[in-house]
Amino acid sequence: MEFHDPPISASQSAGIIGKLFCKFILKYLFLIGYICRNFTESSALLTRTHINYGVKGDVAVIRINSPNSKVNTLNKELHSEFIEVMNEIWASDQIRSAVLISSKPGCFIAGADINMLAACKTPQEVTQISQEAQRTFEKLEKSTKPVVAAISGSCLGGGLELAVSCQYRIATKDRKTVLGTPEVLLGILPGAGGTQRLPKMVGVPAAFDMMLTGRNIRADRAKKMGLVDQLVEPLGPGLKPPEERTIEYLEEVAITFAKGLADKKISPKRDKGLVEKLTAYAMTIPFVRQQVYKKVEEKVRKQTKGLYPAPLKIIDVVKTGIEQGSDAGYLSESQKFGELAMTKESKALMGLYHGQVLCKKNKFGAPQKDVKHLAILGAGLMGAGIAQVSVDKGLKTLLKDATLTGLGRGQQQVFKGLNDKVKKKALTSFERDSIFSNLTGQLDYQGFEKADMVIEAVFEDLSLKHRVLKEVEAVIPDHCVFASNTSALPISEIAAVSKRPEKVIGMHYFSPVDKMQLLEIITTEKTSKDTSASAVAVGLKQGKVIIVVKDGPGFYTTRCLAPMMSEVIRILQEGVDPKKLDSLTTSFGFPVGAATLVDEVGVDVAKHVAEDLGKAFGERFGGGNPELLTQMVSKGFLGRKSGKGFYIYQEGVKNKNLNSDMDSILASLKIPPKSEVSSDEDIQFRLVTSFVNEAVMCLQEGILATPAEGDIGAVFGLGFPPCLGGPFCFVDLYGAQKLVDRLKKYEAAYGKQFTPCQLLADHANSPNKKFYQ
Amino acid sequence: WHHSVQTKTKKTLAKPNIRNIVVVDGVRTPFLLSGTSYKDLMPHDVARAALTGLLHRTSVPKEVVDYIIFGTVIQEVKTSNVAREAALGAGFSDKTPAHTVTMACISANQAMTTGVGLIASGQCDVVVAGGVELMSDIPIRHSRKMRKLMLDLNKAKSVGQRLSVISKFRLNFLAPELPAVAEFSTSETMGHSADRLAAAFAVSRLEQDEYALRSHSLAKKAQDEGLLSDVVPFKVPGKDTVTKDNGIRPSSLEQMAKLKPAFIRPYGTVTAANSSFLTDGASAMLIMAEEKALAMGYKPKAYLRDFMYVSQDPKDQLLLGPTYATPKVLEKAGLTMNDIDAFEFHEAFSGQILANFKAMDSDWFAQNYMGRKTKIGLPPLEKFNNWGGSLSLGHPFGATGCRLVMAAANRLRKEGGQYGLVAACAAGGQGHAMIVEAYPK
Repeated sequence: MEFHDPPISASQSAGIIGKLFCKFILKYLFLIGYICRNFTESSALLTRTHINYGVKGDVAVIRINSPNSKVNTLNKELHSEFIEVMNEIWASDQIRSAVLISSKPGCFIAGADINMLAACKTPQEVTQISQEAQRTFEKLEKSTKPVVAAISGSCLGGGLELAVSCQYRIATKDRKTVLGTPEVLLGILPGAGGTQRLPKMVGVPAAFDMMLTGRNIRADRAKKMGLVDQLVEPLGPGLKPPEERTIEYLEEVAITFAKGLADKKISPKRDKGLVEKLTAYAMTIPFVRQQVYKKVEEKVRKQTKGLYPAPLKIIDVVKTGIEQGSDAGYLSESQKFGELAMTKESKALMGLYHGQVLCKKNKFGAPQKDVKHLAILGAGLMGAGIAQVSVDKGLKTLLKDATLTGLGRGQQQVFKGLNDKVKKKALTSFERDSIFSNLTGQLDYQGFEKADMVIEAVFEDLSLKHRVLKEVEAVIPDHCVFASNTSALPISEIAAVSKRPEKVIGMHYFSPVDKMQLLEIITTEKTSKDTSASAVAVGLKQGKVIIVVKDGPGFYTTRCLAPMMSEVIRILQEGVDPKKLDSLTTSFGFPVGAATLVDEVGVDVAKHVAEDLGKAFGERFGGGNPELLTQMVSKGFLGRKSGKGFYIYQEGVKNKNLNSDMDSILASLKIPPKSEVSSDEDIQFRLVTSFVNEAVMCLQEGILATPAEGDIGAVFGLGFPPCLGGPFCFVDLYGAQKLVDRLKKYEAAYGKQFTPCQLLADHANSPNKKFYQ
Repeated sequence: WHHSVQTKTKKTLAKPNIRNIVVVDGVRTPFLLSGTSYKDLMPHDVARAALTGLLHRTSVPKEVVDYIIFGTVIQEVKTSNVAREAALGAGFSDKTPAHTVTMACISANQAMTTGVGLIASGQCDVVVAGGVELMSDIPIRHSRKMRKLMLDLNKAKSVGQRLSVISKFRLNFLAPELPAVAEFSTSETMGHSADRLAAAFAVSRLEQDEYALRSHSLAKKAQDEGLLSDVVPFKVPGKDTVTKDNGIRPSSLEQMAKLKPAFIRPYGTVTAANSSFLTDGASAMLIMAEEKALAMGYKPKAYLRDFMYVSQDPKDQLLLGPTYATPKVLEKAGLTMNDIDAFEFHEAFSGQILANFKAMDSDWFAQNYMGRKTKIGLPPLEKFNNWGGSLSLGHPFGATGCRLVMAAANRLRKEGGQYGLVAACAAGGQGHAMIVEAYPK
């Protein structure tokens, strides 16, 4: 899927954009270049807190270093100090060129200040911020004294827009140095001239790809694209710490280029490759351009289902700039930027961003003992997946299975996962081998005496889990944490046979573990704080976004999904075609259709969960007849894994067909639809309200600690539409009253499953009550 | 000489109950730029020239040699045990076993210390150690796909099977595979790593050019004064007799400044002029237990004393072996830097030597990367590589180690010192150091 050569045709590039959009909106949300920071009043009173400069010969070296922060953020103070500094440089006779560099290792400028936008009340205010930045960057672009941006670390959003306004860019070639325009992932657009400069710099197709996917571009790729002009290799230890010396070296190299540019010994123009020249030539033909816009727009519409306004506006703004000139382009950029910042979608996505920052912290503090040796029981899909994300981060991991065949399959899964990264050039084959050596596969408990944590991922069967817990407790040291990866079995029931229940915790991973970012950690009444701290620390190390919930049937995620799944069954029983159901759910913003989701999860798993939770929650989780799942299982229609479920799955066949053998099962369980709640919209809302109502009830019952965790869990674990920001954000934005009204309508038709929970009713009764203030 | 002995920390490095091991003598073929006079030879031909040269120089009876060990880096597949092929061709007894070792640029060092081990443990009394490299001809392979196809073709029995194998052929199978000049673990070439290392220690281009010029000037002087006595003439079949190293070319700083960077373009500092060049050549050395040498009537040149191998991060500290190995070997021997009269360090790149100097002279580096309280200290430049080094004399990867030891031994004799320190870096992030003690006159 990587995109190594310059784009050749518009359709090719559009295809890539389309496929990437949904994937990246989830994957990179946490890397977003928007940082929220509140600067204290006192620092604002001091002059030049963010930027300083010194002069070396005739080169001014401008250093960005925002105080009390690991990152530099483009905010009002930094902006105004930058203008001051540039004015001095332009006025000085001694200075002939400049280097712009950050003093912070790992960060050039990570983006604009998200709170600066959030504080705006009207689109006009946001537009004004955009126009101020546009003016500064335009002056910079037209500077007669060349300015070289020396980039080390993240150069994202507004940071990149600043860099591309400079005359020359030099970047450190390391993994931390990434360039990108992630604005689209927050539902906005690059509002400081990026939409106008990037198409000129990297070509229209590549600029669309950057701005519509928001993905991060590594330095070497940026060089190939023409986004940076030179690369500097990171240095190892010398007479100073490597990071410090690397920045110093970057500065030295940048100074020689700044001098060269001022002396006209170096040309800021880049030699373009043949393909690039041809692309550029093709884009001079109006007809070709129109085709490109059309193709990109079609793809975006198809992928976003019209649920995300930002990508379409980006296309529009780029188009305006190219077709009507820069002035019109800049104006359109600032206006659309203002409009987008006020949309519900943008607020939802920004809320998710905040939530994610929250869920990347360990609220229990540092554990007493770092987990260095991890043991995993069960080398199935989950166990091997957990192993992969652990060895990847340097954890020594024992993977134990009961059979050599099962173990071999699991080891191969880990190897393949790592090897896929080699194919994408994210790892070298040597790094893969070295990471893989952190994994030890075995059939016995050898080495468990050194384990700091054991995660069991054996089959979902309570008596089996009890057996392994007892076996493990016989061999592990006292401090070792026992974590259970289960999607529905209550942790306290698993812990019931433990000699040390304070060391037992739930760690619910999502499949595929290496792709799904969420980890749901479940604590029981007896789980100790240190055990929780350990589990969160391991999860964070594995790169997970973590929600911590209380124990209970289905915890949070599985519990929210269950009533919706029950409703899925009812809707199918009522005669809605699985394809139609899928399209209704995806057009609401779910990344995967509801019927397909059952196939992906596994019909047997769904049945298991439905039975367990049905027992626990009774009528409230009724609705569809679980007999449907029972019959499917008995016929071997287990979903994707068995090749048949609602659909037929064949290796290498992309468009899946409906499983016609399902017709008789569905016919035998058919119930008449109720016309008053069976419009397309009603079907969508029956699914969503059942989900949202259950989520709010989880908060009400204290299963969830915060609405933010509920939103993150729903979006990252269950694919709740990101454009709605998660169930709680959705209640706030859509209105609790309107939701309660809908629930009541469905309650009238079907009964208890749709009775609004108390907390939701409270929110409906007092309109000022919001989950997010 | 007598004066200097009195100031030493230790009078000798002889240890009770351990055999003294001596270098009777050592020789080398002239080191040539690859692609010159040796270009039509095979590696064992060059190695054979060093062996016959050694036989001639020492007049050692072939049958007393217990064992032969050679180092080499890029192996010719036909003579993978080049030590054995060269020894047979040089007329050594077919009863003398021989093996080949490889440890990148310290392969010959490994050959020597393997020999030291064999003698010290009483397995052998007389060992020939050496090394060879022929960069004029390197094994360029067919691609893996092509190799697989050829092997499959070999197994195919019927015409039908053969045709089916041949039908799998694609033009891109013909793309050749060159032996890697890059570090396997990091895919980085050594020159690139040297440039980064120089930058990490803030070694300037000018400093590097100046050091390279020093190396070439000293080598030229040593050559002109006939000090490079380890060189033996080599009559190359079909060509004139080669008598001298041909890579020594003292230039001027102005000329050197004109060169463009060779690895990190356009702003790096390592150039062709301040790097060692691809070299063909071989070396060989006769090592014996002291009592054996004396019994045979030899007057040995030096003792081989304590030695040390080190290894570190192959990415960022690829070429810092000498910095790590030097203090360790000195401590092991119970000596200090002041005790050393002749330093012979392998010069892979000017930048590498100067980076090692800066590392050795840095408390910060010693404390943060070597776990030492204080810096090691700089080797005095007037005692350092006085007869040139790998930059100027050349660097046949597998052969350099013996050249370093002979240079140290010969310098101690000529300059009148007692202790020499040999050190070298090697691919893989490894390094070696050894103390050479002059044999009393």
